[in-house]
Amino acid sequence: MSKARQSPLRSIAAHAILLTYTLIALFPVYVVVVNSFKNKKGIFASPLSLPFGDLWSPDGYAKVWLRGDFPLYFQNSLIVTVVALFFVLLFGAMAAFALSEYRFKLNSLTGLYLALGIMIPIRLGTVAILQLMSSSGLTDPSGPFGRAAPLTALILVYTAQGLPLAIFILSEFMQTVSNDLKNAGRIDGMNEYKIFFRLVLPLVRPAMATVAVFTMIPIWNDLWFPLILAPSETTKTVTLGAQMFLGQFQSEWDAVLAALALAILPVLILYLIFSRQLIRGITSGAVK
Amino acid sequence: MGSLKLQKVEKAFGATKVLHGIDLEVADGEFVIFVGPSGCGKSTLLRIIAGLEDSTGGAVLIDGERVDAVPPAKRGIAMVFQTYALYPHMSVKGNMSAGLKQGGMPNEQVEARVAEASRMLSLDEYLQRRPAELSGGQRQRVAIGRAVVREPKLFLFDEPLSNLDAALRVNTRLEIAKLHRQLKATMIYVTHDQVEAMTLADKIVVMNAGRIEQIGSPMELYNKPANLFVAGFIGSPQMNFMDAAALGISGAKTIGVRPEHLTLSAEAGQWRGKVVHVEHLGADTNVYLETEKTGIITARLFGEVRYEPDAVVYASAEPKFVYRFDESGKAIY
Repeated sequence: MSKARQSPLRSIAAHAILLTYTLIALFPVYVVVVNSFKNKKGIFASPLSLPFGDLWSPDGYAKVWLRGDFPLYFQNSLIVTVVALFFVLLFGAMAAFALSEYRFKLNSLTGLYLALGIMIPIRLGTVAILQLMSSSGLTDPSGPFGRAAPLTALILVYTAQGLPLAIFILSEFMQTVSNDLKNAGRIDGMNEYKIFFRLVLPLVRPAMATVAVFTMIPIWNDLWFPLILAPSETTKTVTLGAQMFLGQFQSEWDAVLAALALAILPVLILYLIFSRQLIRGITSGAVK
Repeated sequence: MGSLKLQKVEKAFGATKVLHGIDLEVADGEFVIFVGPSGCGKSTLLRIIAGLEDSTGGAVLIDGERVDAVPPAKRGIAMVFQTYALYPHMSVKGNMSAGLKQGGMPNEQVEARVAEASRMLSLDEYLQRRPAELSGGQRQRVAIGRAVVREPKLFLFDEPLSNLDAALRVNTRLEIAKLHRQLKATMIYVTHDQVEAMTLADKIVVMNAGRIEQIGSPMELYNKPANLFVAGFIGSPQMNFMDAAALGISGAKTIGVRPEHLTLSAEAGQWRGKVVHVEHLGADTNVYLETEKTGIITARLFGEVRYEPDAVVYASAEPKFVYRFDESGKAIY
C-alpha cells in the first residue's frame, strides 16, 4: 500500500465519500437502536433525538423479555443460520473443488446447473417445498423429533438457497490455487480430502469468509420461510418473533425496535469473526 | 536403486495426441534431462512418470516394476516444481516433514532426515520460517529439501530454475549438480534451456512434438546430431543451415555449420558475404553475414574482433565441421 503519490486533497475527498457512505449505511441502524430505548410517544414525536429525559423508556425491551420466548427465538435463529452456513460452506467448497479440479464429462454443464440457482429465486418453489417438507413430516413440531423437524426444514431450504452463489464464487477462487501445490500434496501422499481440507481450503479462506457473509445475512433476516415452514411458537426465529408486535390495527413499535436491535447483535458478532478472515496475505509465498 | 523404463508411453487429450510412443531406459544413478521447445510433451511425460497424469498407452516401470496404476506417493519418487509449490501455511520444517509424517514415519527418524537435508542445503537457520519469508532461491532449496528427505528412487525436476534470476540459476544449477554427486540418485529433469541440459546431464533426451528426436550424452548431441532439429536445438548461437543446391553441393539437401566452426577472412574463403551486424560479448564476438547464395549466417569468433558493417568477408569451415542432412532432415555421416 503505497501512499506516496496521493495528494492530500484527493485523500480528503476519498475519505469524505467513504464517510458519507458510512453515515448513510449506519443511519437506519442508528434509528433502530436509538428508538428502541424510547417510549412510543417519543418514537413518533422526535425519532432522531437521543433517548434522554422523558423520552427514555426500556419498555420495549421489557415487552420483548416478557412476551414471547425471545431467548428461544434467538436460539432457533442461531441454530438455523450457523448450521445452514456450515453446510453451504462445506458442500459449496467441495462442489467448487470438484468443478475446478477434475476433468470429467459434463463438467461445465454441471457447473451451469449449479449456478442456475443464482438466477432463479428459490421462493418460486415455495409451494413445492412446503408440500415436500410436510409430506416428509418436517413441518410438524409435535412429531417424534419435536422442534428439530421444522428447523431441519429451514436448514435444508437455506442450504439449497446459499449453494449456487457459494459454488460460483468459490470455484473461481479455487482455480487460482496452483496445480503444482496440489500435485506436491499428492506426491507427499495426501489423499484428495486432505488436499482439499489442508491445502486448498486455507488458501481460499478469504473467499470462504466472503461467501459466509453473503450467505449468512439473508438467512438471518429471512421472514418468508420461517413463516411458512416453522410458524409454531417453539420454532419461531427472531424476525418471525418480532412480527407478533406488529398488529393489523396497532403496532408496538418500541417492542419491534427492541427486538430488531437485539437481532443485530449475533449477526454482527458472526460478521466480525468472518471479516477477520478476510485479511489476505497467507497465500503469498506459496508459489513464485 | 532407481532405474526407469518407459515402454511405448502414449498420451492423448481427446483427439490430440501429445506423446507418440516414448521408449526410454534410464539406468540407476543417471542424470537424464528432457529438453525441447515448449509444447513438445516433456512436462507431460514427467507428470506421467510421477503418476500425476495417466498415460493412454504403454507402460512405466520403476525398478523393473510396472507402476501405471500406483499412486504418486507409492512410486518412490519426489518432485521439484517450477513454482516451488511449498505449503504456504507450514514452516520450512513442516514443508520438509509433511510427506514423511504422511507416510507414518516415526518422529525421531523424520527429525533426523530433515536435519540431514537441511544441513546439506544450508537451510538450518530458516527451518522455523514460512515460505513467504524466504527469497526465491531459498524457496527452491526448501523444495529440493522436501524432495531429498523422502530418499526417493527417482528425483523429478520440472523446470526448477525457470523462476529464478540468472545469477541464482547458475548457483542452484551447481547445487543440483553437487546434490547428484552426493546422493548418486537417479534424476530426471525437464527444461527448455539447452544450457541447463548441456551442463547437468549425463544423458539428454531431445524431444519435439511428442517424439524423442535423439538420446545421447551432451557431447554426442553436439558432435553428432541425428537430424536437423537436434542440430538446431543444441548449441548457441544456433547452427547455420544452408541450402545445398544453392551452393552446388550434391548428396545432401541441407548443410549445417556451427557458428563457432566458421573462420572469417578478408581475402578468400568458401562463402562470400557482407557484414550485417556485430555483437560484442567480450569473450566472443558474433558476426552476422549476409551471404550471396544462402542468406544470413552467424559466425562466432573467439575474443574481440572488429568488423565494420557492410565490410566484405569470406567465411569458411573445415570439412569435418560441415554437417550434411538429407531430404527428410536426417544427418548423413
